[in-house]
Amino acid sequence: MPESMPLALAEAGPRGAAAKMSIRALDFYYGDNRALKNVSLDLPDRQVTGMIGPSGCGKSTLLRVLNRMYDLYPGQRATGEVLLDGENIIGPGLDLNLLRSRVGMVFQKPTPFPMTVYENIAFGVRLHERLSRTAMDERVEWSLTRAAIWDEVKDRLRSSAIGLSGGQQQRLCIARSIAVRPDVILLDEPTSALDPISTLKVEELIDELKQDFTIAIVTHNMQQAARCADQVAFFYLGEVVEVGSAEQIFTAPRERLTQEYITGRFG
Amino acid sequence: MSVALPASRAEQARVRRGSGDRVFRLLVAFCAGFVLLSLGAVAALMLTGGLPALRNFGFAFLYRSVWDPVRQDFGAFVPIYGTLVTSLIAMLIAVPISFGIALFLSEVAPSWLRAPVAAAIELLAGIPSIIYGMWGLFVFVPFMADWVEPWIDDNLGAIPFLGALFRGPPLGIGMLTAGIILGVMVIPFISSVMRDVFALVPPTLRESAFGLGATRWEVVRGVVLPYTRTAVVGGIFLGLGRALGETMAVTFVLGNAHEFAISLLKPGNSIAAAIANEFTEADSDMYRSSLVALGFVLFVVTFIVLALAKLMLIRLARREGT
Repeated sequence: MPESMPLALAEAGPRGAAAKMSIRALDFYYGDNRALKNVSLDLPDRQVTGMIGPSGCGKSTLLRVLNRMYDLYPGQRATGEVLLDGENIIGPGLDLNLLRSRVGMVFQKPTPFPMTVYENIAFGVRLHERLSRTAMDERVEWSLTRAAIWDEVKDRLRSSAIGLSGGQQQRLCIARSIAVRPDVILLDEPTSALDPISTLKVEELIDELKQDFTIAIVTHNMQQAARCADQVAFFYLGEVVEVGSAEQIFTAPRERLTQEYITGRFG
Repeated sequence: MSVALPASRAEQARVRRGSGDRVFRLLVAFCAGFVLLSLGAVAALMLTGGLPALRNFGFAFLYRSVWDPVRQDFGAFVPIYGTLVTSLIAMLIAVPISFGIALFLSEVAPSWLRAPVAAAIELLAGIPSIIYGMWGLFVFVPFMADWVEPWIDDNLGAIPFLGALFRGPPLGIGMLTAGIILGVMVIPFISSVMRDVFALVPPTLRESAFGLGATRWEVVRGVVLPYTRTAVVGGIFLGLGRALGETMAVTFVLGNAHEFAISLLKPGNSIAAAIANEFTEADSDMYRSSLVALGFVLFVVTFIVLALAKLMLIRLARREGT
């Protein structure tokens, strides 16, 4: 796969990792409105790809293509190719539930389910696996530990997740996603509803999680992109303007638009 | 030219409170109190009206199945039984169908279809119950008598124990027919409450569950239902409350018989139907008092049902840890 990549994209992965997901010539439509135009981008395996750009530029739309969330809504369609481990996930006949168990998603606002902390984690696991009680207990502890929230909730696993603070809820949602053991995690502005300390915790968590997962994060916060991402893609009006290592994008952008955006001249 | 100095803060506050706020508080308190007042008045009136009968027959009024105006001997078991059984049949039919309707409208139906179907269901709620009664008597009863009840008698009547419920002459009129019509009548109420609350589930919550790889049904069972549980139970009991008290439609198709019958195919009676049918004929004080006592029983039954619903919700909430 890497041999056939265009040169600019091959350079994109700073550590030269293989692409977990490859987006090729992707167009996306909300009805007649073309929201993504000929987007090509690789998500290198076990690295963090940051997506930045002004509101309405198509970043979140791209995330919703990667797990086919758009399928829930009539009138939305995608053309092109999105390869996950070489398999095109845009095509028909794909098992959507399986895809979504491999590509997890965390939203802008925390979305704990109206059930206990334990059940929040177990819900997703039960959809795909039959585990014994002890195995489930272990899985719950494992995912909560990986999401750096175990110490805070281990004494209240049986109480409602609605009672957690916003930052805890968001880490619970991340734990819920990784409990299914996906390959890719999509984060759609995961900290924009959180206070600075919770934000810091989630960012540290992202850094930790990329050892095991390929991560794509949409953010409006340039510092966050610089802190978390290995690779950064700048979007404008539905197109990818520039892709590069975080360092290159923020210190020596090739495109004038990128420079204007990261220096705060628009957006 | 002298300007009047502003009054002290305390004085200002007193003046302001004295004018509008107190009137407003009294007004809304009266509105809220009005409900309790009418509730209490109705209960008290029915209790005093029914007291002669209740005193005469004692607790046995509730479980004796005799109803003999000539000998002035009254027991409420048959109407109570009929009310509970027809309402139970109605809920067995209405709850699953309403659930299906609401799920179809909120989760499955294409958007152009949602508004017309929803409107049709609301129209169903607007049909006067006397129309249901007439339709039931002239259309549905013959249908039941000719097609459904012979089949039930032949096929289900042989089941041990439960068979007794389904054995009987195919008259068309009876508790099963009444229960089915009641079910149709309460479907719009239950389904529109369910549809409204399903629509209130935040899209991101739904998407979170889909994002974990859940199917539509898993999303409904795991997220939509728990999220809307209180309102769904509320909607069901709203429908049950209507079924318990429904009068006209039931009176037409229930048969108004005061002989106790275990079979659902046999005519029975319900509290509301008995009152509606017999109030004009009640020629003695004891007869009239017994009918009012029946009304009081219905009041208490409805109250108990609603109280049970609240209790159930509290226990559910405790188990879910909220």
